[in-house]
Amino acid sequence: MEANYVLKMSNISKEYFGNKVLKDAQLKVKPGEIHALMGENGAGKSTLMNILFGMPVIHSTGGFEGTIEFDGKEVNIDNPQKAMELGIGMVHQEFMLIPGFTVVENIKLGREITNPTIASSLFGPSMEKLDKPAMAADARKALDTIGLNIGEQEMVGGMPVGYMQFIEIAREIDKTGMKLLIFDEPTAVLTETEAQRLLETMQLIASKGIAIVFITHRIDEVIQVTNSMTILRDGYFVDYLETKDTTAAKIAGLMVGREVEKLVDDVEDDSRSIKEDNVMLRLKDYYVDMPGEKVNGVNLEVRRGEILGIGGLAGQGKVGIPNGILGLYKSEGTVEFEGEVIDTTKLGAALMKHIAFVSEDRRGVGLLLEESIQNNITFTAMQIDNKFLKKFGPIRLFDEKAARAHAEDMIKQLDIRCTGPDQYAGRLSGGNQQKVCLARAITMNPKLLIVSEPTRGIDIGAKKLVLELLAKMNREQGMTIIMVSSELNELRSLCDRIAIVSDGKLTGIFPPDASDEEYGMAMSGVKEGGKE
Amino acid sequence: MNTKKTNALDNLKRIIFENKVIFMFVILCLACIIIADTSVAYIVGEVFTRFGRNTCLVLALIIPCFAGLGMNFGIVVGAIAAQVSVFWIVHWGFTGITGMLLCVLMSTPIAIFFGWLLGLLYNKTKGAEMIAGLVLGFFADGVYRLYTLYIIGGVIPFDDPNLLDRGFGLRNAFDLTGNLKYSIDDISFLTVCIILGAIMIVMGLVNMLHNKKVGTQTNGKKNLTNMVMGAVLVAFGFAGRMIPMVNLLFGGTRLIFTDVALFGGIALVVFAVVKIIVKRKKGETGIGSMIALAIGGIALTAGTGIGPVRDIYQSIKISACTYGIIVLFCMFNNWMTNTRLGQNMRTVGQSRAVATSAGINVDKTRIIATCISTVLAAWGQLVFLQNLGTFNTVQQQTNVGLYAIAAILVGGATVQKASNKHAVIGVILFHTLFVVAPLAATKIVGDSAISEYIRMFISYGVIAVSLAMHAWKTAGGPKDKGKVEPDAKHKAVAMPAGNAKV
Repeated sequence: MEANYVLKMSNISKEYFGNKVLKDAQLKVKPGEIHALMGENGAGKSTLMNILFGMPVIHSTGGFEGTIEFDGKEVNIDNPQKAMELGIGMVHQEFMLIPGFTVVENIKLGREITNPTIASSLFGPSMEKLDKPAMAADARKALDTIGLNIGEQEMVGGMPVGYMQFIEIAREIDKTGMKLLIFDEPTAVLTETEAQRLLETMQLIASKGIAIVFITHRIDEVIQVTNSMTILRDGYFVDYLETKDTTAAKIAGLMVGREVEKLVDDVEDDSRSIKEDNVMLRLKDYYVDMPGEKVNGVNLEVRRGEILGIGGLAGQGKVGIPNGILGLYKSEGTVEFEGEVIDTTKLGAALMKHIAFVSEDRRGVGLLLEESIQNNITFTAMQIDNKFLKKFGPIRLFDEKAARAHAEDMIKQLDIRCTGPDQYAGRLSGGNQQKVCLARAITMNPKLLIVSEPTRGIDIGAKKLVLELLAKMNREQGMTIIMVSSELNELRSLCDRIAIVSDGKLTGIFPPDASDEEYGMAMSGVKEGGKE
Repeated sequence: MNTKKTNALDNLKRIIFENKVIFMFVILCLACIIIADTSVAYIVGEVFTRFGRNTCLVLALIIPCFAGLGMNFGIVVGAIAAQVSVFWIVHWGFTGITGMLLCVLMSTPIAIFFGWLLGLLYNKTKGAEMIAGLVLGFFADGVYRLYTLYIIGGVIPFDDPNLLDRGFGLRNAFDLTGNLKYSIDDISFLTVCIILGAIMIVMGLVNMLHNKKVGTQTNGKKNLTNMVMGAVLVAFGFAGRMIPMVNLLFGGTRLIFTDVALFGGIALVVFAVVKIIVKRKKGETGIGSMIALAIGGIALTAGTGIGPVRDIYQSIKISACTYGIIVLFCMFNNWMTNTRLGQNMRTVGQSRAVATSAGINVDKTRIIATCISTVLAAWGQLVFLQNLGTFNTVQQQTNVGLYAIAAILVGGATVQKASNKHAVIGVILFHTLFVVAPLAATKIVGDSAISEYIRMFISYGVIAVSLAMHAWKTAGGPKDKGKVEPDAKHKAVAMPAGNAKV
């Protein structure tokens, strides 16, 4: 038609277990251009790429609808090998590198150059001898192409992440007949200088005629290097734009933009008085070393009685903040709670101060799956407050009666759908599990409640209930709440202030009614200074 | 200046820390030798014998370690395969080297079958291969006992009064004297030369034909030199038998270490000097190791002239063929790493996820590694048995895995990483300890009944200690990485300076 495309995916739909994640999405890439694929988490970017790559996860869940044209021909890609044969390569977000191998071995992994020997004639090609000099020469050539000055015989382990990213790229370039290269959020783990060099390398690769699909949410990078872009939102194709015709603000708006549905009715009369100087929790120069969710120096104040939202894209560090406070991951800097410093190196120190945490990892950290609902609700309070225990001489015994009564009360209050307090927590649905987690947190009578991704993986009805419950506890009991969530919508419907985290740093604190553009920019790390 | 000194000190510290397991056991051995107060000649002679006997079994552990299976406690099944074949071969009346070769032929398919089963089990228990192998070893041990004590004669009709006790069940002690004992050990150095030379010539010819067929010419020159060397070896072997002097020195069933030291030392020096000259001519650097080699050669030769050292030398008797087999095992392990299969094994060992994404069949690779290990273990057990001469029919295999693994761990291997070097150092240290520790204990306690207990204690203790010491090494790691972003920033400064401009 108008132009020839190296890749054209049209009318792509995909559902996982009845949940539509892609609806009529499309993607068009011209040869030798850098094309950005943008969207929030859950917009369907990864699913689209998995389809293009013929990943087993797609085909084991019923395949997809739509057509893929590659190099003008319609193709059927049903396994990754086929994608590779066509000349589609991918630079993974998690490095597919082996630390104990040299650079050469990693670049030539699975594609070693070998010479036949007698043994190989007898026992098959797996006994062929490696041609190490030829492998080294090939690797060197690939490294030179992207301008990486490292010894090809060095071990990959211990190298900075930046190098590893480039070695991944060298591996893809070394494959013959490469036509399309996918970069899955390549700059997410890089520092600024490294990212800059990566962008230059991408331009260099594109100049050799290899098309690049650049998955990212950093708008400034997109403006800098891409020729065109596709924006997805909630599985829908939103727009195809030429980069020269657009602006950062417009992109941000398209990525985030949607109507704020009311998840919580604000019928509750708001009689709270939140004072700016009544600080309950103060984070100073705060770092957390949580893999994939690093926090890099955050200063944040939480006021007594408010609901503070912490938002941002996945992997940017918002989840790291509560995990560090609770001592689940190593942190640095000071955490001050009601004027006292919490020793975050000690697991449980925060709990002792009555900071309750509902983890985003419900099934891992949040619940004892093979224990009853009753035990799940009561055990933290029993540990921290000696609740549900009766004294029996010098020893304390478990007070089954009190625990049972409390559990039943909680089940009624939170409307936990179950067969009774003895049902195993692992058998409950996601929403009900979440309610059990909340029930446990409430049982502690916390001064500060931190909920992390409270609505992840639960249906809309349960979502509403959970959010209403949070609002109720805040309004009625004056509980201070920090809510960490990837769903901006949810934060905006409930919170008093919303802090946005990008790249482990605070990029702004906004009121819930700030514009989509402002949020979009802050989430993609464009700093414009936080205002309230 | 000062910094250089501290650097050297740091280096020394690092070397000691990295090899702390070896150092610890060296110290332990020395302490035991001092306490035991026996003649060094006895200890050294004993250790050399045990080295020849045990090293092959230990070398069987390296390939599975490569493939990420950890220490293969399952080599017990390889040993069982060897023992089963030994009965039948002895029963059928084969003796000497013929019998031994038949044992190899018979035990190999059995070992491959056992290895395949073991590999299937390992694939089902990924991440817990060591415990699975250990328990499977116990289980196989039980099945084997049933076989030897009841099934033979009880179920399978078997009539051999020399082997059976009471109509069924094998005799407790299995005597190999007169049939398989020393069948490998007794092959003289000259014969080994002839065999090796013949193999090299045949290999060379086959290689040439093969190259012609496939059309590669890469190794033509190397091939020719190999064939020439083979011819020289064969010629030396035959000529040596004619010359009484040479025949006396190298034609016997054992080599006396004095002769080995004398000629070997000279050979080493010559080799090193030639290498240095060649390297000089080519203008290459790195002659340090060659100089060390030359010095070692001189020291070795000089030893023959020093009284006490000479006495020790004199007490060491080496069986050329067994040591040759050990060298072949080492070469096989090395050669394996240079094949596509070996590379696949390493990849699988490092990361199964990455291997899968690179199109490697992980399960198959692991099964092949296990099979190879089991076969090598079976052969290793044959070498072991023919040297021992008489063995306990029912339970000889029981501690094979335990002793081999303890040895390789003492040599500095870890569950993730093991090499020929670790195996060789490990066997020497572990068996020195095995010889001297009971002596030392007897000296202290005054009761010789303690020695068997001491050996078990050492084996298990060694495994526990070396695993713990390895854990110490890795525990230091994450601490340095614990620092958050500031460090990563520093790293960023060290980005490559190459420029990506077109």
